[in-house]
Amino acid sequence: MLLIHCPYCEEDRSELEFRWAGEAHIARPENISAISDEEFAEYFFLRNNEKGLTYERWRHIHGCGRFFNAARDTVSDRFLMTYKAGMPKQMLPETGASEETVETYEATEGDAR
Amino acid sequence: MADYGADLVNRTSPLSGFHGGSSTVRLEAAPPAERISLRARAEDVAALSSALGVDLPVRPKTSASANARSALWLGPDEWLVIAEENGGLMQAAKNSGALHSATDVSHRNTAILVSGPGAAAAINAGCPQDLSLKVFPVGACSRTVFGKVEIVLLRTGDEAFRMEVWRSFSDYAFGLLAEGAQDAAV
Ligand SMILES: [Zn+2]
Repeated sequence: MLLIHCPYCEEDRSELEFRWAGEAHIARPENISAISDEEFAEYFFLRNNEKGLTYERWRHIHGCGRFFNAARDTVSDRFLMTYKAGMPKQMLPETGASEETVETYEATEGDAR
Repeated sequence: MADYGADLVNRTSPLSGFHGGSSTVRLEAAPPAERISLRARAEDVAALSSALGVDLPVRPKTSASANARSALWLGPDEWLVIAEENGGLMQAAKNSGALHSATDVSHRNTAILVSGPGAAAAINAGCPQDLSLKVFPVGACSRTVFGKVEIVLLRTGDEAFRMEVWRSFSDYAFGLLAEGAQDAAV
């Protein structure tokens, strides 16, 4: 079972208590009524969907109820760091975030016939 | 079936008549209680604590009990306060004069008392939390999941828990606990 560290409960909890809540650190434009449709679409709809390190919002919905931020590796599904909502984007210490142990599509299915 | 004619306004307990357990787990429906869902800012905790007669805990996964009332930390600004029947919780919160949100959820929740040497194992049949005494000691509490439903779990003794569950889910929770109690006895 995947364990996620809640920065408010201050401990690791089962993934069953959490919900994903989209990409983190997306600031609502201050002049939202003045921006173009393209700029609005960029803010509202378009996400980076990065492979590897990504910053997301998560919610401890069946625990303390708080939203928080998480740095997660979308390849390994590993949570690298979590921190409270409202904090600026936190840089990871140099750890070699993507690990070799990962079962990627390419590694497991790429040669499948 | 009940005679609906004269008893329309009679209070019914969602778990009345339920019984279950095993050689190592006892399951009982808790008596009716008064409950409020309380939200408040950190600066208003002291005033609310003194008005309620129980200190609202500010550390995660902790509870406090005094004057037949229990205050359970659910989140950084959220508590479940439980009183034995007719505890006057809403009025007490109002009397604090502090800014807060209190919702009477006495009838939204019911509770199941789980006790015995297999209690933790029975709950772990559907709850992913570590219920060892070291990690979840007496007095610890948490909102969490039990199978497919959300619960609030409070440890009241080394081998005793109170499981707060929404009343419409209590049938399911009791049934899963009964299954867990059987497994815990194996
Ligand atoms: Zn939490």
